[in-house]
Amino acid sequence: MNDRLNKHTDPQNTRQTEESLLRRIAMLYVDGFRSMTVGRKLWLLIIIKLFILFFIFKLFFFPDILSRDYDTDAERAEAVRESLLSR
Amino acid sequence: MDDLMTVVDWSRWQFALTAMYHWLFVPLTLGLSVIVGIMETIYFRTRSEKWLHITKFWMTLFGINFAMGVATGIILEFEFGTNWSNYSWFVGDIFGAPLAIEGLLAFFMEATFIAVMFFGWKKVSPGFHLASTWLTALGASISALWILIANAWMQYPVGMEFDPAQMRNVMDNFWDVVLSPVAINKFFHAVFDGWVVGAVFVCGVSAWFLLKNKRREFALDSIRIAGWTGLAGIVLTLWTGDGSAVQVARVQPMKLAAMEGLYNGKVGQEIVGFGLLDPSKTHNDGKDPFLFDISIPYGLSILANHDANTFVPGINDLIEGISLTPEGDTIRTESYAERIAIGKRAHEALRDFDRAMTDGDAAAMAEARARLKEDYRYFGYGYLDSPEEAIPPVGMTFYSFHIMVLAGGYLLLFFILAVISSARGGRLWERKWWQWVAILTIPVVWICSEAGWVTAEVGRQPWIIEGLMPARAAISAISASTVQLTFWMFAAVFTALLVAEITIMINQIRRGPENDH
Repeated sequence: MNDRLNKHTDPQNTRQTEESLLRRIAMLYVDGFRSMTVGRKLWLLIIIKLFILFFIFKLFFFPDILSRDYDTDAERAEAVRESLLSR
Repeated sequence: MDDLMTVVDWSRWQFALTAMYHWLFVPLTLGLSVIVGIMETIYFRTRSEKWLHITKFWMTLFGINFAMGVATGIILEFEFGTNWSNYSWFVGDIFGAPLAIEGLLAFFMEATFIAVMFFGWKKVSPGFHLASTWLTALGASISALWILIANAWMQYPVGMEFDPAQMRNVMDNFWDVVLSPVAINKFFHAVFDGWVVGAVFVCGVSAWFLLKNKRREFALDSIRIAGWTGLAGIVLTLWTGDGSAVQVARVQPMKLAAMEGLYNGKVGQEIVGFGLLDPSKTHNDGKDPFLFDISIPYGLSILANHDANTFVPGINDLIEGISLTPEGDTIRTESYAERIAIGKRAHEALRDFDRAMTDGDAAAMAEARARLKEDYRYFGYGYLDSPEEAIPPVGMTFYSFHIMVLAGGYLLLFFILAVISSARGGRLWERKWWQWVAILTIPVVWICSEAGWVTAEVGRQPWIIEGLMPARAAISAISASTVQLTFWMFAAVFTALLVAEITIMINQIRRGPENDH
């Protein structure tokens, strides 16, 4: 009984159990990706899509205008106020 | 002003393009996830290999669709920051909470449980796998909930107070935002619509197998599940659609008037079942708005108020200030000319606040803030020069609404026949003409679903936030050419991706249920 209790409360065992769980979760993804067929093409497509979206569109064509042009929230609020009152 | 309107128009088209592209995938994700959940539940209870194959086949198509749709919604957020920066700042606090929750839920729930769905067949217990499948379906719906709450707030802004110092609407009641009746109706309407889209997809693809005389048992079993899901989905969509119409009549009566091409309302207002609008009609020319129409007596009064003998205001009535209370009673409120005057008064109060803030005059700031608060409800009207500017594009709103309703009626009939036939041994499904009907219903359901969004979004123009901010005030100070460039880039990239993705989907369907992912 005490042995069983110790096994559950021993920090080393707990760490091993956690590592084992993390390893199992990681292997779920790794094995899953390895055994894919159609999924590989999809992942390629997703990666291309994400690259276009985040590294081309977002970086070069879709800046957050207020964050880019003003340093503080007070300046941004002032800019928006000016813009809204001039239209 | 012309250049500003060019930027507004191109930004609107860009947002419409990206939102409609995104909505190609979302309803199928919502619907297929539920259908796959039902199929796996049958497998879990029977442990039949047949149902395992059926589940895995549709789960693979669900996965392809999910992968196709990944991140397509993110583009809308990019556009907020670049094209619609005034709007983005103005509502930041309200939108921030729902979108952040959506992001967290979408990432953690869907990424975790989808992985178990696809990779965990032999790694976790059947019960845990089934739970993961249903949690993915639930996660997709909850994810949609927060987006729809944000959208509903734009149609019916509640639960906030405008702070002129921050130039932001600050949320003062989270639950008013989340439990807004518009949000609740919109959520269920969109989710049940997803069930219909998923069910039509399953029926259509299964009909293709029947047409090719392949995997008949698989196809008929799939149709049985999809038929019932679709029938439940379309009945619930119609029910929540009725709820949406009641809400629109109260909080966006101008949208309802545009949906019906109604200029002068009356007690016992008929509804147009089918009609051809006169494109030369203007709101005050006294001409009949229709070149031809078939109407159902009392229909619109029943739809808007659930009472045949009630008044439904038309565009001219609303401009004159005749509207409905939240309880559905007719009320004389401010005319649009008066609203414009009140809106301009609110702008003046904001200017005074700005001056007082610059001068550091706390008393003047408090006085201007109080005046602004008093008139804020019509702040957006201050941007209009005439009441006509508050009329949405009637033609597009009318036709998109009627396409949605007619297609919805057709889908109800389709699923009634699909279910009856399945229950009687599937004889109708043996007929080639019906198999073609089922296949051709696939584009119909998407047109129906997209038409619903066109009605909702075009019908609320010129407002980006109902009554508070028109699109032209929301736009950033950017050039039209920048938006045109990114519009065409999106169009090109989306077309290429869509072709690639549909090709993968079709190839997977051709491989059939024997080949798992």
